Amino acid sequence: MPNQPKFKSYIWELPVRWCHWVNMVCIVMLSVTGFFIGTPFSFGSSASDFTMGWIRFVHFTAAYLFAISVISRFIWAFTGNKYSGWREFFPLMTDAGRKKTVKMLRYYMLIDKQVPETVGHNPLATAAYVCLFGIYSVMILTGFALYAQHAPQGAMHKALGFMYALFSDQGMRLTHHISMWFIFGFVVNHIYSAWLMDIKEHGGEISSMFSGYKFTIKKEE
Amino acid sequence: MGNKVNGDEGNDVKQDLLKHDCSIGEILKERGVSRRDFLKFCSVMTTAMALPASFAPRVAQALDEVKRPTLVWLEMQSCTGDTEALLRSANPTVAEIILDILSVDYHETIMAAAGHQAEGALDKTIADYKGKYICVIEGSISMKDGGVYGTTGGKTHLERARQVCGGAVATIAVGTCASYGGIAAAVPNPTGAVGVKDAVPGATVINLPGCPVNADNLTATIVHYLVFGKIPALDSHGRPLFAYGKRIHDNCERRPHFDAGQYVEHWGDDAHRKGHCLYKMGCKGPATFHNCPSQRYNEKTSWPIASGHPCAGCSEPQFWDTMSPMYKRLPNVPGFGIEHTADKIGLGLVAGAGAAFAVHGVLNALRKDKEPAEETKEG
Repeated sequence: MPNQPKFKSYIWELPVRWCHWVNMVCIVMLSVTGFFIGTPFSFGSSASDFTMGWIRFVHFTAAYLFAISVISRFIWAFTGNKYSGWREFFPLMTDAGRKKTVKMLRYYMLIDKQVPETVGHNPLATAAYVCLFGIYSVMILTGFALYAQHAPQGAMHKALGFMYALFSDQGMRLTHHISMWFIFGFVVNHIYSAWLMDIKEHGGEISSMFSGYKFTIKKEE
Repeated sequence: MGNKVNGDEGNDVKQDLLKHDCSIGEILKERGVSRRDFLKFCSVMTTAMALPASFAPRVAQALDEVKRPTLVWLEMQSCTGDTEALLRSANPTVAEIILDILSVDYHETIMAAAGHQAEGALDKTIADYKGKYICVIEGSISMKDGGVYGTTGGKTHLERARQVCGGAVATIAVGTCASYGGIAAAVPNPTGAVGVKDAVPGATVINLPGCPVNADNLTATIVHYLVFGKIPALDSHGRPLFAYGKRIHDNCERRPHFDAGQYVEHWGDDAHRKGHCLYKMGCKGPATFHNCPSQRYNEKTSWPIASGHPCAGCSEPQFWDTMSPMYKRLPNVPGFGIEHTADKIGLGLVAGAGAAFAVHGVLNALRKDKEPAEETKEG
């Protein structure tokens, strides 16, 4: 059926796409500046320079932007369409989701040759995203807890008080640092899977994250 | 002021026990401290307590009038470094004399009395001044095997701490060992060492961590109690906010070099000689709350970062375990070998994921897929 016509369906609403790309830009900026903060070079030529100061400023600004974006996406999981809804992230809760998960797993493990068509998120992807949101939460909490130490007893420092009970200070730094590597591990997976599914599904997987439209065999009701 | 009256400690014990009714002002006068030096001391203490300068007269007045409180100083599992820090200043200061006056009742290291005589003095003090004396504890308390790893006068440190802290108006834990167990509590902690608050949870404990304690902070804590009649505001680790309320990193004299991006890369390099930031040499200033940059040690002579060594983070709980390695920015990853940094492990993880997906991609490229079956079609 290679010549079968497909319908164009609006899947990813604007907030979903915005959050996706804001997250991406933030992760790149936070990683680059974060690496520098962790292992700086001696850029400064005089004590009046502000190299590290500006890099930290970019890091903190991107951190705020990232936190807002993640929180917005979380809210959208309760207000957006069904493809972005929170139920999508727990496929194992429903019978259909479980079946689909098995099919996807068999396809990914090179057992089945049949590509299961997926309009919204595929169940393996949402499982990865649940982990990713977990890592995001750890990143945001450890990051702001470390940041809040410049103003001890301030509002943010007090609000994040539980973090200082959970982590030693250096343990918090290590967690923040190593979680970045976990995100990189996810990114490798994510880009590969998007590329693979774009090739295999012929549904416009990658461009859908720009346009919001995917191409589906059945017409969206 | 140069003649510190320590000539005959044996008599001092008796004499000072009798002198409990004198005010601190009177005692200082008797010991030859000039009014000018006393007022200078009051100003310094006002600053140390992070109070506005206008409080200095109030501090002076309070110290003039307040009756000397009784203070006992107990040694637990310690290196006596805090006592040394207190005693080893080049010239006797008013602070030292104040502490000297306060600590005469019982201090194992510096008192002349020994044996039953000493223990008798302690028993008498804690019985006579129950609920009124201040207890200072130096060193960690061993809890394992009934506390047998640390005993003084035939009693375990735990028993002594319970006995003495229980009747004290407040207990000041000086040094990191007394505050959080310190080096003795480092993994594997063979003696089950803990800080005072963990050993005697019911006691009112003020932690003054640091290795050693900064004597100025100890004096300021006592002065705060004398002036205001209550213990200072504490942070979540039980440390007075006036001394531990700010991060070393945020008050560091080398901070401009940090913000500028000027770092010591190797010991003795040009940047090190110029006094640039020690961040890359593993400085724990960004993780440590203490007033070292402003209060400094040895009568404000210097402190680690001023002398070119990164902060070791000694005033934080479990610093020996959590702040190591001393000369690296990040701790080692638990469960991996010593030389495995977070970056090496992370890079391995990402490379592994990349390789796995590359193989998956190649295998997929070699396969011919089928179109989705009717029942799997969505949308």
